[in-house]
Amino acid sequence: MFEISLGHYLILAATIFTIGVVGIFLNRKNIIVILMSIELILLAVNINLVSFSIYINDLAGQIFTLFILTVAAAEAAIGLAIIVIYYRNSGTIRVQEIDKLKG
Amino acid sequence: MIIHSIFFYIFSIIAVFSAIMVTVSRNTVHSVFFLILDFITISCLFIMIGAEFIGMIMLIVYVGAVAVLFLFVVMMLNVSKQKNEWLGDEKNSNHIPIGLLISGVIFFELIIVVGGWKYKPELLKTFSSIGIDLSTTNTHEIGKVLYTDYIHLFQLSGMVLLVAMIGAIVLTFRQRDGIKRQSYFKQISRERNEGVELADPKSNEGVKIDV
Repeated sequence: MFEISLGHYLILAATIFTIGVVGIFLNRKNIIVILMSIELILLAVNINLVSFSIYINDLAGQIFTLFILTVAAAEAAIGLAIIVIYYRNSGTIRVQEIDKLKG
Repeated sequence: MIIHSIFFYIFSIIAVFSAIMVTVSRNTVHSVFFLILDFITISCLFIMIGAEFIGMIMLIVYVGAVAVLFLFVVMMLNVSKQKNEWLGDEKNSNHIPIGLLISGVIFFELIIVVGGWKYKPELLKTFSSIGIDLSTTNTHEIGKVLYTDYIHLFQLSGMVLLVAMIGAIVLTFRQRDGIKRQSYFKQISRERNEGVELADPKSNEGVKIDV
């Protein structure tokens, strides 16, 4: 209980990952919150990588965390740019009203 | 050690609480604030576990860039009036039970995997190809590895950032009509006989100028 082991960090990462998945599943109003949930999921992956890296004494996990950080920043920039032009074209970013891709 | 565990529990409770508040908060601006709190808390955990460089980089990149970008977009699009009401909507709430069910299944699968997982004892000795040297700092170690063994991945991540930057600029670039722009090529390639016209005015009549 008082000895913080790898399992504590993994359970914390699993909890945050699940909260991110819940945010994607249940959010029906605002697409920006979905992007933030994706950021939460990537954060949970980062927690896993860093804690494994510390506990098995291998630096590769922290390097991969840096690359995940890069990809997360790029993904946030592109996603927010798409949201901005969608809002400019259609005037809404509600998830229920984004149905232009309906075939 | 007991101080370490107390701080771990405090930080994890704050992290989980702010993650929940990101998803259920009714105001999008509050969601961004809780996202910032979550990033700061997790970077505190990283610094506490011994990965100082990753923790500081997470503070800089996430809190300083990504979260501010989110905040900027949320405030610019003025979506804070569109409330985030995923629980209070009656006519479209039939996705909530199945979503919660699938999320619960994912969570219990992850917990089962974490609980039943154990290293082989000989794996620890063979697996650590790039071990952490405790006599130097974390940043020093990452720098020694990042610019030698992972240099191609490092440069590829730079390319990812470049493509993302160009993509964001191209996506949000808007060409407006009716705006006078400066064209250097037209300015430089102007000849003398287009710009200057010699006139021979008569007395008391002047010259008609049409531009």
